[in-house]
Amino acid sequence: MGFKKLISSKKTLSLFAALVLFGTNILMAQSTGGTALDGSTTNKGVAWGSVGYYTLLFLVACLCVAIFGKILKVYDLTQKMQGKKGLNWNNIMGVCCLIFLIAGMYGAYWSLTVQGSMKLPISASVHGVAIDDMFDLTTILTLIVFVITQFLLFGFLFLYRGSDKRKAYFLPHNNTIEKVWTIIPAIVLTILVVFGFFTWQKVMDTTPEKGDINIDVTGHQFAWELRYPGPDGKLGDLDFRLSSPLNILGINYKDANSFDDLRADTLVLPVNKVIRLNIHAQDVIHSVYMPHFRVQLNAVPGLPTFFKFTPTITTVQMRQITDNPNFEYLLYCNKICGGGHYNMQKVVRVVSQAEYQDWIARQKPYLTDQLRQQLKMPVAPVLAPVAAAAKPAGQDKALANRLALNK
Amino acid sequence: MSTLAVHDHGVLHHEEGHEHHHKATFLNTYVFSQDHKYIAKQFLVTGITMAFIAMTLSILFRIQLAYPDKSFPLLETLLGRFAPGGRLSPDFYMSLVTIHGTIMVFFVLTAGLSGTFANLLIPLQVGARDMASPFVNMLSYWFFLAASIIMLSSFFVEKGPASGGWTIYPPLSALPKAMPGSAEGMTLWLISMVCFIGSSLMGGINYVSTVLNMRTKGMDLWKMPLSTWALFLTAILGVLSFPVLVAGVVLLIFDRSFGTSFYLSDIVLNGKVQPYEGGSPILFQHLFWFLGHPEVYIVIMPAMGISSEVLSVNSRKPIFGYHAMVYSLIGITVLSFIVWGHHMFVTGMNPFLGGVFMITTLIIAVPSAVKTFNWLATLWRGNIRFTSAMLFAIGMVSFFISGGLTGIFLGNAALDINLHDTYFVVAHFHLVMGSAAIFGMLAGVYHWFPKLFRRMMDERLGYLHFWITFIGAYLVFFPMHFMGLDGVPRRYYALTEFPAFNRWLTVNTFITWAAIMSGVAQVAFIFNFVYSIFWGKKTVQNPWKSNTLEWTAPIEHFHGNWVGEIPTVYRWPYDYSKPGAEDDFIPQTVPFSQTMSSNLPHDFEDNPAGLEEYNKWTTANKANEEVK
Repeated sequence: MGFKKLISSKKTLSLFAALVLFGTNILMAQSTGGTALDGSTTNKGVAWGSVGYYTLLFLVACLCVAIFGKILKVYDLTQKMQGKKGLNWNNIMGVCCLIFLIAGMYGAYWSLTVQGSMKLPISASVHGVAIDDMFDLTTILTLIVFVITQFLLFGFLFLYRGSDKRKAYFLPHNNTIEKVWTIIPAIVLTILVVFGFFTWQKVMDTTPEKGDINIDVTGHQFAWELRYPGPDGKLGDLDFRLSSPLNILGINYKDANSFDDLRADTLVLPVNKVIRLNIHAQDVIHSVYMPHFRVQLNAVPGLPTFFKFTPTITTVQMRQITDNPNFEYLLYCNKICGGGHYNMQKVVRVVSQAEYQDWIARQKPYLTDQLRQQLKMPVAPVLAPVAAAAKPAGQDKALANRLALNK
Repeated sequence: MSTLAVHDHGVLHHEEGHEHHHKATFLNTYVFSQDHKYIAKQFLVTGITMAFIAMTLSILFRIQLAYPDKSFPLLETLLGRFAPGGRLSPDFYMSLVTIHGTIMVFFVLTAGLSGTFANLLIPLQVGARDMASPFVNMLSYWFFLAASIIMLSSFFVEKGPASGGWTIYPPLSALPKAMPGSAEGMTLWLISMVCFIGSSLMGGINYVSTVLNMRTKGMDLWKMPLSTWALFLTAILGVLSFPVLVAGVVLLIFDRSFGTSFYLSDIVLNGKVQPYEGGSPILFQHLFWFLGHPEVYIVIMPAMGISSEVLSVNSRKPIFGYHAMVYSLIGITVLSFIVWGHHMFVTGMNPFLGGVFMITTLIIAVPSAVKTFNWLATLWRGNIRFTSAMLFAIGMVSFFISGGLTGIFLGNAALDINLHDTYFVVAHFHLVMGSAAIFGMLAGVYHWFPKLFRRMMDERLGYLHFWITFIGAYLVFFPMHFMGLDGVPRRYYALTEFPAFNRWLTVNTFITWAAIMSGVAQVAFIFNFVYSIFWGKKTVQNPWKSNTLEWTAPIEHFHGNWVGEIPTVYRWPYDYSKPGAEDDFIPQTVPFSQTMSSNLPHDFEDNPAGLEEYNKWTTANKANEEVK
């Protein structure tokens, strides 16, 4: 019976193989014909040759599996015919589990060391250090659990692989041990929750402080706009209804604080100063993501938010730390926002206080002459960066603000 | 008392049923069948089809990620305007990601998994002739099929399918001009989802009422197998949370089509000021995740239940800590309603609220940990029989551990700041709810295939399928953690615009090839599945030597499940390898009076009469032994 089966299966197999060869021959012939025809018009025609190649490869793999399966079956049957035991799949799978455990653990180790070393460099902000500590603690705890549980899982599978000689141990429950492994995870998680909660509260601390540098970052499809306060240290109001091609952010120029608001292309930050990023979005939700500073907050239209942080490492220093002369801090979008989502970035540069003062003095205000004309405001006589100084109305306000700041 | 009455009702129904079924036509047997077993098969086949479609979509976008600069003319031949010049367009890439996620989460792992196994197992395992309402049950399938067809039809509208991510956050999804996929494609998505939720509700109400009202004599809740417990609690979760998504979706439809501003405010799109004022995009996120988080448990709990059952049967050991398993399922069910905010830590939500959600989120890890340890304890000193189903259940446990542990990072609001929406998240949920749930589903398919199709699947092809898929899934998702730790965001069409990400290109290529390998391995499954339906080895009554009630039903399918009276249940479903018993399993239908030698005092905890009998028997036996 078994032999008869074998013969018939061999026949079908060879038939199948012949069919495959024949089929691919036709495919190949078609592909050469196709390229000959299309070759003159375009060289971008479908590469049927490679499609056929991969199809053939797949069919060959199927054939190999089928043949291997047949061999196993034949071996199994002959063993049984000779009165021996057939293949013991429980042993085979048990050993597979053991091999998987060892290979898998090595693979995880390799991945953790090689790919793990490609993670972000050390945190470039004050609060980021606390987050990184939290991360390290969590990593250690979870890795211990990971290794133990996977070892137990695959170890048990190998140790207790099925056999006719044994009977399983009847153990429906054990209240003590169940209590132990409810309470231990609960304690560990409580520790993580408590640390996490306080870290989170510290990071999200919202109490305003004197001397914070306010910077507006506004997302729209698919770019970020930056707005720095001018010499008065204050940002003017925004009103989305006022948006126009000349006033893309919708800055409200009835608010005198807005006259000296500066436009910038790069997010330049002075090192060791508290930065308050005011986050806005105009069209859809974006997300301000600055991973090197461990900063992320969504930009939601109609819901202005802010994130406070203190950069601690300048770009130049970070280039040395990462040993990469081209290193740049980046701000990029991390919430799906449309087709251009994958390229919505802004360079962030952390510089010394002196460099920052020098840079900010060279930035131009949002209130251009063109916009002044449109708003029927007097055009500034001097194109000095301190535009507000030339305007008496603005001067008073600016002075008052400065006084308020100094209080 | 109540179970008795219901049981009588079942018999009556059955007798009436006989008269109805004389008029069995092709249409009411093979198309509009009201038999729960047939509906289960319909759900399974539709679910598998959808899974293959969603898997193909994922391989398409994986090719784009691995070869961002290469052109594949074949893609243009196949996809036309969606892949101009042989490269996927960025908008179509977004569509692929969106539809892959939607189909996998809702159509495969909710309807395909719960739909199949709740339909098959609940009536068979609690001892009912069919669902509480077979007609509504049938409607549930047809709504699901309609939802599937509508979802897939969005590939044929001009601007392509929805592309705002499976979470469809407005304003992106609310403004048709924000991206091509937010036009007709999004409308179809929303219609499809309303149909889907209708299907899910009709199914869920049926499952809950069947479990509560139609259990056979003796089948109290604490004698139900864990698979039924899990499916029952899943149905409760679905019934309570899905309607909230309908509310969210309906308001979104209003915003899109009738000019309301529920989710919209202060919008300037492409330089044009929009008239919306006063809405909040965050409101949608709250509504979405109020379903969305229970949803991930809707996905994983049936897989947990199925794996518990399969692990116990194939270890020939009772599940360790049955009560703890049930209580942790209940704990997960309750807690899953108060953790949704952990998806929104960085939306600008009040930070204090974030702190609260962090606490609830890490609490839910405790029942999950208990379940994992109980599975391990079930394997300890077992007599493990490696069937294909067993291997997949083991794979489920392994993935659940690996993916669950990274959840402890993401549930921590402070760590989430930097990990949110990166590949770390992708790795986390693909392991813990993607791979783990699909492995639970496959374990169920291999295990109950004989019950579904009266034939056996080929075990060796199952082994091949398991190992390639298992290794492949780890190769795909493990490296993604480290991409996330380097700040690589998800849903990026290409990493080419960031010089710093260039070093991840080789890893991306590797992941794509691992994904293709796992994809090809599914051919082994589909071949095995189809071949075995028609030509597989015929099954015996109880192929896995299992205790549960479904294996006492005749192999031949007919509407009503059991000939004559439905068997009575006397014991819990996990009496495997009980000391003193002849076989290593004692089905639930065997009364304690027939197994005097293996009874334990524990078996009579709520049965004083039985305990007395037991004590009498033991003293008599002892006396006998002393005489000898």
